[in-house]
Order: sequence, then C-alpha cells, then structure tokens
Amino acid sequence: MTKTALTFLQIILFIAVSPFLSGLITKIKNNVRMRKGQSIWQPYFNLLKLFSKQEVVSGTASWIFRAAPFIALASCLAASALIPVFIFVSPLQRMGDLLALIFIFALGRFFMALAALDTGSSFGGMGASREMFISSLAEPGLCLAIFAISLQFGSTSILAFSASHAVSISSVLAAAALFLVTLAETSRIPVDNQETHLELTMVHEAMLLEYSGRSLALIELSSYIKQMILFFLIAQVVFPIGMPGAALAPISLWFLWYLARILIIAVVVALVEVSLAKMRLFRVADFLGFAFVLGIIAVVCAMLGV
Amino acid sequence: MLNFNLLFDPLSLFFLFVIFIISLPSAIYSLGYFSPKANPCLSGRQAPAAEKDKYSRGKLTLLWFLFVAFVASMALVVTAANLLIFLAAWEIMSLISYFLVVFETGQEKSIQAGLIYIVMTHIGTAFLIAAFLLMYQHCHSFDILVIKNACQAMPAQLKNIIFILLLVGFGTKAGIVPLHIWLPYAHPQAPSHISSLMSGVMIKTAIYGLIRFVIFTLGVNSSWWGMLILVLAVISCLVGVIYALMEHDIKRLLAYHSVENIGIILLGVGLSMFFIARNMPYLAIFSLIAGLYHLVNHAIFKGLLFLCAGSVYKATGTRDMEKLGGLIKKMPQTAFYFLIGSMGISALPPLNGFVSEWLTLQAFFLGASSVIGGAKLFLGICAGMLALTGGLAAACFVKAFGITFLAEPRSRRAEEAREVSFSMKAGMLFLSFLTVIFGLAAGWIVALLAKVASASTGIEIGSMIFSLNIFTLSPQTAKGVYLSTPLLALVLIVLGMAGFGVYMLFGRRKPVIYKTWDCGYYKLSSRNEYTATAFSKPFRIAFSFFLMPYRKTEKIRGSFYHVKSFVYETHTTPVFKKYIYAPLVALVFKSARFMRRIQPGSIHLYLAYIFAALLLLIIFMQKF
Repeated sequence: MTKTALTFLQIILFIAVSPFLSGLITKIKNNVRMRKGQSIWQPYFNLLKLFSKQEVVSGTASWIFRAAPFIALASCLAASALIPVFIFVSPLQRMGDLLALIFIFALGRFFMALAALDTGSSFGGMGASREMFISSLAEPGLCLAIFAISLQFGSTSILAFSASHAVSISSVLAAAALFLVTLAETSRIPVDNQETHLELTMVHEAMLLEYSGRSLALIELSSYIKQMILFFLIAQVVFPIGMPGAALAPISLWFLWYLARILIIAVVVALVEVSLAKMRLFRVADFLGFAFVLGIIAVVCAMLGV
Repeated sequence: MLNFNLLFDPLSLFFLFVIFIISLPSAIYSLGYFSPKANPCLSGRQAPAAEKDKYSRGKLTLLWFLFVAFVASMALVVTAANLLIFLAAWEIMSLISYFLVVFETGQEKSIQAGLIYIVMTHIGTAFLIAAFLLMYQHCHSFDILVIKNACQAMPAQLKNIIFILLLVGFGTKAGIVPLHIWLPYAHPQAPSHISSLMSGVMIKTAIYGLIRFVIFTLGVNSSWWGMLILVLAVISCLVGVIYALMEHDIKRLLAYHSVENIGIILLGVGLSMFFIARNMPYLAIFSLIAGLYHLVNHAIFKGLLFLCAGSVYKATGTRDMEKLGGLIKKMPQTAFYFLIGSMGISALPPLNGFVSEWLTLQAFFLGASSVIGGAKLFLGICAGMLALTGGLAAACFVKAFGITFLAEPRSRRAEEAREVSFSMKAGMLFLSFLTVIFGLAAGWIVALLAKVASASTGIEIGSMIFSLNIFTLSPQTAKGVYLSTPLLALVLIVLGMAGFGVYMLFGRRKPVIYKTWDCGYYKLSSRNEYTATAFSKPFRIAFSFFLMPYRKTEKIRGSFYHVKSFVYETHTTPVFKKYIYAPLVALVFKSARFMRRIQPGSIHLYLAYIFAALLLLIIFMQKF
C-alpha cells in the first residue's frame, strides 16, 4: 500500500518539479546573455494561465486532436512512473524496462504528430513531418546508448540502472550520445528552438500551433516531464548513486542529491543552448548520426570493458 | 517414394493458425467488398474505378474458387511432409496468386505486375528445386523427416550450397531486398482482401520454408548463416521503410512495409540461427519466439491495414493519398481500425507490434551481452538499425493515417465517401480485436510460441522461463527485466483519465469551435494542406544518397510576365530496378537475340538440326 502511495507521490513530484527545470534553463540563458529575463517560476504561471483560459478548437479537427494531449500526458507520466525516485521496487516496475521507455515516448509523439495534421494547417503538417524526421533519426542513437549502458549490468532493467554503479569510459560516451538525443527530443538548440515562432524554423512549436488553453497546458506539462526523465537518464549515467536506505534522514539527503544532479544537467543544457546557433534541418541528420556513432563507440568500449 | 503424409507438428500448426486466422476475416470482408449495393454514393456521374470492380456472377464465383484454392494451397505448403508435395503445393500457391494478381484484367498495371510476379516467383522456385534435388541426391528420399536424419551426416560444403539456394528461393517469395522487386507491384494489384492474404500470409510461407528447411531439416552449423540473414534483414528493413515513406499510393505503401516487416521477422529468425550455431539454446529459442511473434503480428495488422485500405478504395475509388483526406469524419469506424493497425505496426504500446519489436530488441541485447568480440558490436549495430526502422515506420504511419484520414478532403471523391458495409467492418473489427489481444496476452502467447520454437529447433525448453505469468514477460537471463503490457495499458488509461479529470477540474467551459488559423489569409482550403509528398520531403533529402530524387518543374505562362500555373513533379530513382534488374533484363534480351540466329526460318537448316540431333543421340546411346 505504501508502495502504491509512494509511486503516486513520485508522479506528483515529477509534475511539480519538472516545470522548474525549464524555468531554470530559461533563467540561466537570460543571465548569460546579460538579460534580466522572466522569473524562474514563469512556467508555473504559464501553466496556471493556460489552465484557466478557454480553449479554441479548429472546426476541421476530429477526436484525435482532442485526445492527443491526454495520450501525450499519459505516456510521459507512465514513463515517469517507471523511473524509481523513492523506492527500489515500485509495483509499476513490472511495466517495462529501459527499452520499453523508447516505445512509451513514441506513443505520445505519434499522437501529437497526428493531431498536428488533424487541423489541416500547413504549419501542423510541417511540424509533424519534421518532428517525426528528427525523432526517427534520434532513435538509433538512443537505442545504442541504452545498449551500451545496459551492457555493464547485463540487463536493461531500470532497477539495475538506478542502482549505484561505476562510471566508465563507455558510460560517459553513452551519456554524451544520450545528451545529443536529449537536445533533439526536448526541442533545444541546435536542433530546434523553443523560443521561436518563426514558421521556417520551428519544429515542435509548429505542431502545437493550433492548441490553446487547457489542452496546451497538458501538452506543455508533458514535455516538461519528458525533459526531466531524459535529464534523469543522463544524470544517472554520469553521477550514479544507489537508492536510499529505509531511514528518513538519508532519504531526504538522497532526494536533494537526486534533484541536484538533474539540475547540473539542466545547467549544461542551458549553456549549450546559449553558445550554439540553430542548425539547418538537414544538418540534424549529421548531428544525430554523430549520436549514433558515439553510441557505437560506447558499445565498443563496453565490449573492451572500459 | 511419394507418400501423402502431412506434418502436424507445432511449427506446421502455428502456420496453419496464421493462415486461417487471416483468411476468415478476409472472406467475411469480401462479402461486402463485392456486394453490388455496397456503395450507394458512387452511383451516377461519380462512377470511378470502384465501378469497374463490379464483377459478373461468373467471375465472382471464379474469385471465390481461387480464394479457397489459394488458402488450401497455403495450408498444404505448411503441412506437406514430402518435398515433391511441398513443391507442387508451392507452385499451385504461386500460380493461383498470379491469377489473383491479374484478376482485374481491365487494368494494364495488373498484367504488368502479374508478369513481374510470375517471372520472379519462378526464378525462386528454380532455386528451390535445385536445393531439393541436392538434398535428394545426398539423402535419397523426398521425405522431410528422413532428410532431417540424413542431413546430420551431410558435408558442410554441401550444406552451405543448399542453404544459399534455399535462401534465394524463399527470399524471392518473402521479398528480401534485392529480391523484393515484384512485391510492391503485385500485392496492391490484387483485390484488397487478397492483398491482405498475400502480404499477411503468403509471404510468411517463405519464412516457414526457411525455418522448416534450414533450421529444422538442414540444421545450422555455421554462424555466418545467421549473420548473412541478419545483414539481409537489416537491409530489407531500411530499404522497405524508406521506399514506403516515399510512396503515396496507400496499398503500395503497405506492400513496401511488408518488405520492412519481413526484415524484422528475419532479424528474429537470423538471430536464432546465429545462436544455434554458437550453441546458446536459450537465446536461440528466445530469438525465434521474437521472430514468430512478429510474424503472427504482422499477419494480423498488415491484413487489417490492407482491408482498411480496401475500404478506402471502395468508398472513394482511389488509392492515391494525395486525393484523400478527412475520411475520419466520413468513415469513422474504418479510420479507427486503420489507426489501431497503424499503432500496431508502428510498435506503439500496448499493442502487438510493440511486444514483438521489444522482444527482438531484447534478443539483440541479450545476445550482445553474452557473446564476445566483434559479434557484440555487430548485434549492437543491427539493433540500432532496427530502432531506426521503428522510428521511420512510425513516421510513415503518421503520414499514412494523417494524410488519408485527417484534415479536409482533398478531392470530391473523398468528400462524398461513405462508411462501408457491415461485413467489411466486421472483418476489420475482428483483426483490430486480435491486434489488441496479441498485445495484451503476451505472456501466454510467448509460452505457446516457445513450444513452436522448441519443436523447430529441436532444443528442449525444459526449465527455460520466458514469462512470469500470462501477462508479464521476463527473460530468464536478464534479472529484473519485465514487460507487462496489460499493466502498461492500465497505467496509461488511468493516467490519461487523471489528465482528463484535471482538465475538467479547471472549468467546464466548452471550447470555442473556430476555423484553423490561416495567417490572415481569407480562405483556407484543402489546397493549403500538407501533402504526403511534402511530409516525406525531409526523409527524401536525408536519404537522397540512396533515393536519388529528381524533379521536373515547368512554368505555364499566360505572358512573359504572368505565370499562370506551375507544374512540379518529383520522383525517386528506383535503384534496384535501374541498376540490377534493367541490365539483367537487357542481358536476357540480348542473349535471346543472339540465339535467334539459329532459327533463320529455312526448312533445310531445321532438317539438318533434326539429323544432327538424331546422330548425337545414336552416338550417345552407343557410348553409354
């Protein structure tokens, strides 16, 4: 029973903390650029604002458009339930492993892309096409990175992954591959730009163009959660720590460290974003190809045992 | 020598199950597909291609006869216990499917597709005959079980030759790249319920052949067999899905996906051979389960998708996605079934394709963590390519479903479409149901497939564990790895409902229905929508090294200053046709022209030939 409650608490925690990461990244970017910028809590205000606004739906859209935000949210939350935060054995652990995580994210993305096509707007089509393009090229890199990391434990189990383990050359390379994939999957510069609404360059934003109000809030929330999960994956590879003991004191300490390392990744992402320019869409293929090659090298290193 | 024994071991029974589970809904579907009053909307002026499908009573009877004979011949193929019976059934199956491909004789395309098909399939059969004769020469029997025993003493060299012959022979039927050339022509040309049988089931008989004759009968003894199959499978996956992305004929798109999925099935089968040769029994069984699971899944969702595509064709008279759109409002049920099929084939949880692709990836991973050396890297790269295929397939089905069913209709035909008749819907419903069931009851199905895999590899499963219970998969060698699709489905539904609850909590104000944002342009129409060609443009450019796209543009001018309209065409170079088959066909014609010299039309010369032949025969008889 407590396990179920803790799992529930964990999902709530993901919902509560994940917008903060985006706010933090924006804040850091602004500070580096010598701007005052928006408050670090701005994503929360945005969510509240969107939740209280009335929605406008295109007359062309079908039920796919209405259902997609819920499916996207459900897939991201299901993925967050897989990641252990508080407890070693959550009852939902049986749901899948690291490989299943790839497929669970694909579910939400598939419906978002369909919803983008649903309104008949060319922006939606453009966004859907580009998003599917980028994500399909990101997939091999992600898969090989997971392979390389899991080769250390001999299984793709998330439990083994979440336990403390040694940092090797292989896992660092795998983390680098994961990082590139994460930049693509969370629509960050140099692959995409969350801040732009210029029709020629936007990818993820183009897909969401027809969304407003509460539906948009759900979608934003699910992309925050997805971002936090991907950051967690990288953080766990580079700063591996095990699960806490039963006592309360280590749990709270551990929990702080758990968040702190995710914040470190967020800071790195922010610095990468300010220091790079957005790439042309067709150069993304090379960028993600590089992630794939890094994944291969990581597998080679895992093979050599370093 | 010729006995009519049939085999009913688990392998044959499994394939019989696959054949009949797809034949049943196809048969039900065809009732509505050919019913004259099925599409009232297509009367009068509209009368597109669908009108041509109205067959006379006699022709309909013929179609039913061919359908039954087709199913029966496939059933005989997978149960024959004798090579000669197998070959006979194989030929009957090929010929009947040829007749089904050219059934719509009114269409020029059908004849051409049929020609390519029958030539390719007979080239394949020739290789099979060669392989079987070599087997006979060594084993002195046509009985599969006798050959199986005799094969243990077969020299490795001979085994290798037979393997290559079998691979080419069955590969042609399965549509392995580069022998896939006939598949995208032939499958779409047949009536839709036949397409679903051909793509869903017929090409699987080739996989049966590979498992039965290579793994079961011949026995795998060198690991390069498996590696060769893996390489071919990876190429098939990628080539199939990339061509599918470029396609905007909905049935051809599905046919190319068959090439891709045969690749995924062969990944499982090839891995299994690889592990058998390296003496890793657990992984051999595990990989074969993954392959067989994907086989039955592909039969189900590809059958379903072809039936849905047939419904779209029936309702609109076109297979060109660029002329469709908005069908989700006109044909909500067909759209829903197509969505289920698309989710299945794109490996989205919790449906069946997800389970089998996960199993295949897991097999790769378990393999990579237990082999040593370069093989580890090889398996890793194969898995990466499988992931890429999965991503591209999802993109392709976003396109297929999005362009066909969503947004505004792009032509009048699509605008006037109506939902199809009850029996057609029943066929699709049945297969959609199976798509979901095969996703949820994974543990149970894997346990059954383990028996099939054990019977075909001859490995005792004994205490091997593949699933925890009927809902949860868990490979024995990987600690703590689980996959429970029902739990995942439950969690997804609960969380989705929770999301909906929050959504409702923040106010019950109904959304305002307004038009799509049009940048201030006053009239947004279906002409502004993204098309299938536009959707696949990034892929066309990224894979341009392989696709070699070219385009033609033409400006039609009213005057020098005024461009009235603009013609834009884009095509991709069919690499295999242009660089492999065209030169080959040219060579055949050239040698035929050369040979023609011996046939100048002179009666004297012909008499001389006869005399020479007689002379040679006499000498031959004397000598031997």
